[in-house]
Amino acid sequence: MDTILELTLQHIQIVAVAVGLAILTGVPIGIAITQDQRAADTVLYIAAIIITVPSIALFGVMIPILSLIGQGIGYVPAVIAILLYSQLPIIRNTYTAIANVDPALREAARGIGMTPLQRLRQVEIPLAIPVIMAGVRTAVVMNIGVAAIAAYIGAGGLGQLISRGISQTDPRQLVAGALAVSILAIAADFFLLWLQKRLTPRGLSVKRG
Amino acid sequence: MNRAASEDANVRTYEDDGFRDTDYQAAGRTRNRLKSGIDRLAGAMRLADAIGAGTLKRFNGVIYALALFALGAWAWASGILQSIWELRDDVIYLTFGEWRDVTEFLSGDFSATLQHIPLVLVSGLLAILVGVPFGVWLSRPYMARYAEALMQVLNVGTTIPTLAILALSMSVLGIGSLPAVFGLFVATLLPIVRNAYAGCSSVPSHLIESATGMGMTPRQIMMRVEVPNALFVIFAGIRTALAINVGTVPLAFLIGGGGLGELIFQGIALNDFGMMLAGAIPVALLAVFVDFLLAQGQYWLVPRGVNPLR
Amino acid sequence: MIRLDELTKVFGTPAGDITAADRIDMEVPEGEICVLLGPSGCGKTTTMKMVNRLVEPTSGRIFIDGTDVTKTDPITLRRRIGYVIQQIGLFPNKTVEENICAVPDLLGWDRKKSRSRAAELLELVALDPAVFLKRFPKELSGGQQQRVGVIRALAADPPVMLMDEPFGAIDPINREVIQDEFLRMQSEIKKTIMFVSHDIDEAVKMADRIAIFDSGKLIQYDTPDDLLAHPKNNFIADFVGGDRTLKRLRLITVEEAMMKDPPRVTADDSLSDAVAKMEEHGHQSIIMVGPRGRARGAIRLSDARGQKGRVGEHYSKLPTTVRINEDLRNAVSAMFSADETWLACVDDDGNYKGYITQRGITHILGATYRDQ
Repeated sequence: MDTILELTLQHIQIVAVAVGLAILTGVPIGIAITQDQRAADTVLYIAAIIITVPSIALFGVMIPILSLIGQGIGYVPAVIAILLYSQLPIIRNTYTAIANVDPALREAARGIGMTPLQRLRQVEIPLAIPVIMAGVRTAVVMNIGVAAIAAYIGAGGLGQLISRGISQTDPRQLVAGALAVSILAIAADFFLLWLQKRLTPRGLSVKRG
Repeated sequence: MNRAASEDANVRTYEDDGFRDTDYQAAGRTRNRLKSGIDRLAGAMRLADAIGAGTLKRFNGVIYALALFALGAWAWASGILQSIWELRDDVIYLTFGEWRDVTEFLSGDFSATLQHIPLVLVSGLLAILVGVPFGVWLSRPYMARYAEALMQVLNVGTTIPTLAILALSMSVLGIGSLPAVFGLFVATLLPIVRNAYAGCSSVPSHLIESATGMGMTPRQIMMRVEVPNALFVIFAGIRTALAINVGTVPLAFLIGGGGLGELIFQGIALNDFGMMLAGAIPVALLAVFVDFLLAQGQYWLVPRGVNPLR
Repeated sequence: MIRLDELTKVFGTPAGDITAADRIDMEVPEGEICVLLGPSGCGKTTTMKMVNRLVEPTSGRIFIDGTDVTKTDPITLRRRIGYVIQQIGLFPNKTVEENICAVPDLLGWDRKKSRSRAAELLELVALDPAVFLKRFPKELSGGQQQRVGVIRALAADPPVMLMDEPFGAIDPINREVIQDEFLRMQSEIKKTIMFVSHDIDEAVKMADRIAIFDSGKLIQYDTPDDLLAHPKNNFIADFVGGDRTLKRLRLITVEEAMMKDPPRVTADDSLSDAVAKMEEHGHQSIIMVGPRGRARGAIRLSDARGQKGRVGEHYSKLPTTVRINEDLRNAVSAMFSADETWLACVDDDGNYKGYITQRGITHILGATYRDQ
């Protein structure tokens, strides 16, 4: 039991750090590209291609490159992979949310004399937060699976139980690992959905309900 | 409604023309005053731009070429390129497999090993053949009582990591291509069923009413109205599902299925960069290619009337 | 012809039974438009949907052209009844042509025959078949979609049509246009039509007869003029509005209300002749016509009396005229804007046909009350 708990925490830590970094990069990128349609298309296109690359293939390509700085396997490639995979849902949702803010609201904000930065902070971002959170949720759920695979490059986490279960043909570890990682994904999904609702400004959620 | 409004707007343009003309005239005067100044400025800027962009482009090209050269030199020096080249037969075999294995597998001999593309095709096609009719069936009115509950289950199901699905499949079916195909099939099935159901259920009720009112039978309504109008959503489901499928296939090696995963995992285990890349690069290219193919399929195969992309 | 006999629908709800249509008796004569009118939830739509059995009647019978169709297979029945709904319901996956041919295809018509019919029908609503046949619904404007929706219902030439607020989703300007277009088409095809609406103005415009419903009951079934002139109870009087007599103005043409073959003078007539004519008829003024009978001007009795000369030297211009095929609403409006109590009525070529006075209008509107 101890190991499962430990591995779970390890798993959560990898995903949390990587998605955290992804939010810090993805949200500003998503906001920035609302200014330029061409840039937006390019960025979203690249992010979409990255996300289609299977994770184990991404690891396979990254290991030789990262080993040049002595970080070929383990924690670093896992975090980088998740960071990359999280970009599409987070950038895309940020971009769509900001780009789709009702023009009337934007005009109203301008009309009462807000500067573009004030508009962004007081109007556009608050309105976009539920949508951005939905992107974060997608990223987290998807990357709990990626982190499981990262066990094969020595990143630890619940994937270790699965990999050990397979190599030792030990169904107990295998099933325990598979169930634990599934439950973690489902729990994260529910938790983030709850968080998403909490973070939705009251005025918005009422309008939607 | 929108269209009605735009028709309305067309009518109004005529009335607006008068105002616009004066607007244009005023703007024109201002323009003329500014014109000469701006022209001079713009000319200068264009010139600067051309020089700048040109240099930048050439500069970029040089950087790319240098980087590529460095990468290639490094790869060659470390023997990676050579070892990738030496593995070319393996790569081809692990990608395409043999037709014989597929026919044996499909005729019930599950000891045959399916390689990369056969795994995608068998599990993917199976999932489409089962998933689409199942999703459509769930959207029938008499299924309404169970459908929503089942969708909740499927929604939870899609959050389960694919590695876990494969592991669970192996714990039930053992090792080999069968658990691999089954696991891939399940992972692919969920989005397809979900979208087929959602697509059919979201066909506007007034279309059903029209169809009923003109005397279509429930079966005709399904085949002539509901399924065609859900086609785009169904196809989107297939696209998502196959992206998941293609992303998971390399893991099939872990539970005794074939495919390019073998090179990657062996490469990691042996710390053999050449082998890793010989697996990883084709896997990545294949995934991007399949997605591209499906995107094209969605664009061209879904009829224009119900295809928002066209 | 559609005849409803004691037609009843009871919906069972958790809160108890609700009678949506309560023993409805009515008959829509061959080739007429009957508008079912009433507030929402009054049972008009339920009643209509029982005719093509989208709603299965609880009891009562439905006759179409004399045959009892209450027990006919609903699928067969519906293919013989045109059906138009407010949301139009064109199939987005089918082209305009395929949409129009939907029912003929269900009936197994010859493809060539149904396709050429589709082209004919498009021409009937002034849409060029060469342009529109192969288009998809999303490539049409709202008004065009609505026209296609209507002709789709007509494709298999059904004797009977049901229309559920068919023009409700169209903006007011286009709605008038489409209504006029539909009335023109109906005057040729003469279908028996049941038409649900909640708009009294639309009903007055479209209907040969109006059936007003309230809480599941048919309250009054009459021609628009009778309904407006003699609302049966306060509910109907309220529903048709306090200005109901003004609405009747729409139903009467100038031709019906004007005094025909009025006295007239020409430019060459002497003023004394004009005065004589006016005095003979007891008129305060008289119209001067041109050589081909067009209304040119008028002479007032007060101006002409005691004067010498010819009409052509003393006439004053007509402030306005009204055409005989316009309705009285326009005539009254013209009178008010010209500050006149009477107007000269002309035909499309401007020929003087008669005159209409405020008294005359009052008289014709009041006739229905005096007869009783």
